[in-house]
Amino acid sequence: MEKRGFKNHPYIPNSDLKIQNEMLKEIGLSSLEELHELIPEELIFKGKMDIPDAYKSEFELKKHIEKIMKRNENCNDNLNFLGAGCWQHYVPAICDEIVNRGEFLTAYGGESYNDFGRFQVFFEYQSLVAELVNMEVVNVPTMDWPQAAATSIRMAYRMTNRKKVLISEVISEEKFEIIRNYCSPHIEIVKVKFDEKSGLIDLNDLKNNIDENVAAFYFENPTYLGHLETQTDEISKIVHDNKSELIVGVDPSSLGILESPTEYGADIICGDLQPLGVHMNYGGGQAGFMATRNEEKYVMEFPSRLFGMAPTVKEGEYGFGDVAYDRTSFGHHREHGKEYVGTQTALWGIAAGVYLTIMGPKGMKELGEKIIYNSNFAKAELNKIEGVNTSLMNNMSFKEIVVTYENTDMTVKEINKKLRKHNIFGGKDLTNEFPMLGKSAMFSFTEVHSEENIIELKNALNKVLNESGEA
Amino acid sequence: MKKINRSNILENFHQAKWDEPVVFELSQPGERGILVPEVDKNIKEMFDINDLLPDNLKRKTPLELPEMSQSRVLRHFMRLSQETLGADVNIEIGQGTCTVKYSPKINEMFARNENMTELHPLQDDETVQGILEIMYKLDYYMREISGMEQFTFQPSGGSQAIMAMASLVESYFNDKGEERDEIITTIYSHPSDAAAPALKGYKIIYIQPDENGYPDYEAFKSAVSEKTAAFFIANPEDTGVYNTRVKEFTELVHEKGGLCCYDQANANGLLGVTRAKDAGFDMCFFNLHKTFSTPHGCGGPATGATGVTKELIKYLPKPIIDKKEDGTYYLDYDFSDSKYSVGKIRSFNGVAQVALKAYAWVMSLGAEGLYEVSKVAVLNNNYMFKKMMDNKWIDAPYIKGKQRIEQVRYTIEKYTEETGVTTGDIQRRMMDFGLHYWASHHPYYVPEPITLEPTETPSRADIDQYIDTLLYVMNEGFENPEKVKTAPHSSVCHQLIEDVLDDSENWILSWKIYKKQNNL
Repeated sequence: MEKRGFKNHPYIPNSDLKIQNEMLKEIGLSSLEELHELIPEELIFKGKMDIPDAYKSEFELKKHIEKIMKRNENCNDNLNFLGAGCWQHYVPAICDEIVNRGEFLTAYGGESYNDFGRFQVFFEYQSLVAELVNMEVVNVPTMDWPQAAATSIRMAYRMTNRKKVLISEVISEEKFEIIRNYCSPHIEIVKVKFDEKSGLIDLNDLKNNIDENVAAFYFENPTYLGHLETQTDEISKIVHDNKSELIVGVDPSSLGILESPTEYGADIICGDLQPLGVHMNYGGGQAGFMATRNEEKYVMEFPSRLFGMAPTVKEGEYGFGDVAYDRTSFGHHREHGKEYVGTQTALWGIAAGVYLTIMGPKGMKELGEKIIYNSNFAKAELNKIEGVNTSLMNNMSFKEIVVTYENTDMTVKEINKKLRKHNIFGGKDLTNEFPMLGKSAMFSFTEVHSEENIIELKNALNKVLNESGEA
Repeated sequence: MKKINRSNILENFHQAKWDEPVVFELSQPGERGILVPEVDKNIKEMFDINDLLPDNLKRKTPLELPEMSQSRVLRHFMRLSQETLGADVNIEIGQGTCTVKYSPKINEMFARNENMTELHPLQDDETVQGILEIMYKLDYYMREISGMEQFTFQPSGGSQAIMAMASLVESYFNDKGEERDEIITTIYSHPSDAAAPALKGYKIIYIQPDENGYPDYEAFKSAVSEKTAAFFIANPEDTGVYNTRVKEFTELVHEKGGLCCYDQANANGLLGVTRAKDAGFDMCFFNLHKTFSTPHGCGGPATGATGVTKELIKYLPKPIIDKKEDGTYYLDYDFSDSKYSVGKIRSFNGVAQVALKAYAWVMSLGAEGLYEVSKVAVLNNNYMFKKMMDNKWIDAPYIKGKQRIEQVRYTIEKYTEETGVTTGDIQRRMMDFGLHYWASHHPYYVPEPITLEPTETPSRADIDQYIDTLLYVMNEGFENPEKVKTAPHSSVCHQLIEDVLDDSENWILSWKIYKKQNNL
């Protein structure tokens, strides 16, 4: 019989035949095929998986992978203006250094003694984000912003025992889809309109929709489209007068210059950590956070683990452990715990913790300023191009701006394709997502962009739109 | 020099202990960790920052983040990393069910390349052909391993994959117009197999094990009905026992019109050996951060690659990755026109860098290598099982004398009765020798449990060292039980006084709360 397997594989010490035979003998067997005795013959797979032969040496594997991955065009070699929930920021070298430490990279479910550093670093991450949003309780990172928003909504639903949730319609379509699926079948979601002239929430529509069945109102500031929502006190009053929870989604990179939603009455804050020291990774850098006040009614509704400080039997020693562990589905209550808990995006919490530490208050302020200057400069400059309107909505912008193309037969997709010839990744197409904005795209500006980059974009866009014969 | 005799039990081990302050205590106002690119001069001259920020939104609350120079930030977090027992620095056998195996470093290098890290998820498909090719091919290999017809990489962890499966079940019956509200699982499946379907509104029915540790078939038979939406199960379960009658279970569910969902988070003992489809499952998922070697990262980022049969493809979250006739890859949003589609589970396209690492791992093994992985994982486990069971104080319930798959849930109940030393005590003492040790999910159905899973990556000597250390510690329980009960002694900190962790008046969930409570 043909000997199966891959002997002496570098990742598999006991794939050595001599050792294998000795181990088999030890358990009274003579071949690997005698293992898996519990699997019935009819379920044993007898075919051959159509998977290519291995690249046996690490060198050959490296050549193979690099050849494929070179077919990507990345945002360092091109000028990128895509954002929409995943943004190109500078990632400090120290963030990479720490998250790539083997101890963190390969840790998992150890205890608070031997995984002490993991527990402390998450306590610090929680504390740093708590400072940024001026709340007291932050959970370990969840999947992404949509997941954090969906869980915030479910928390409000459980706390208020009300089954309807209002959401500002200025929200990304896919975020809405994720929330909708996660809240189904228990929660009815109703969208609240926005004013197309100002980009602000339509307060009348909010008032018309809010009633005694409404658990919460969720909106974002800055909004998905980059506007700053200024009617915060009015919104907070409407929501709290109705004894509903106010949930606000926020881009953490704005909080060096913007007041946290806590200051205008948010009960739960959520957002994405990706801007804080995590590479875009084709979307693999997303990580959600949630924050509340230190009130038992909120804390006990978190589904995920929460790390807390504790004394040890030794005087003068810090310890860290799980707070209110039995809340979670890992506790004794299983499906009667809060939602469910499992692997999410812990490592990005470490990145965010390192990022907030290295940036400090001054770094976060300068970051916010650089972004707001850049986005408003771009808004003004791009508006000068014939056939481009960046002031469809007259509110102030942070990071994202909406660019509307007037008087062109080209679609946004076609315009972006032409921009690529200038090594530019143009803004996200909003044509289907926000049809009321006409033929629009959303461009994102962060601290990685310079004046020169923005002018380059302006010139390229002008050529694409206004110079006939432009390829 | 004479030969120095040393033991394979690390009696002199002490974990790194830095007594590191909490990061806020290290702040020295004025220090900077990194500088941000300055606002360009012309831009700054064009605007007044006060005009760009509405008064009521401008930050007035001081931001009290630490102020630290770069080397001090690095030192602090480096020290915390050293105080963490990652798989890179220990013999990972003690985190049973978690499949913590060697994560090859070359795969990390692939993921750190800017052709991975600096890709925006909304880039045009033409500009991301490399990563799409990787994900397309990985999907194909997953199909080969499972027998399923289409995978999605959106679910980004095992529990989210279970939630995704529960969502698919919901979509399927919404489409059929059938109201079914029960999901059946077992006590030895992962807690999320109950908790995630419960989130989606399903009533959870548990099947208890029979005397052999298999889910009780008779109880199952009476539980399955027209109300059964689906059956969620791991096989083997946490006990390492493979349910030999699994096909009868899935057939029974199908007879009543329900769906069968396979939790293959840990499929480490089954690659190339048996397939989900052949056992009658309609969907399954693989944790790429378990079986497929991508590192756990303290708990993510990760992927629960979820595969379905042809009939269920139309309910999958969008997009899936497909290939055009001209050989180019693309994100397909139009594969389904079903209004019952799940829609979306996670932002964008899941965690692409994890898919890349898993792809590289598969390509380093090939079909025969995957088979070797599973055979050796099962060999290692049964080798360990035999050696463990040779000790009279260690037992494992169910199917005496039969093999287990890739893990075993042991019990030291008799030992605890004899010595008063519990599995929790042993766990803490094992840390003094640099080893993890995991008891079980809650509640403990097996009394005084230990769950061990050697995977394919420790050597025979590693396994022997783990067992020798465990027996050494258990022996200490007879000779010096206090030493075991008061452990750890050589870990990073001493025993926690845990009361504050469950006391809402006193718990310290952030530095802000600590400062407030102590008027700092």
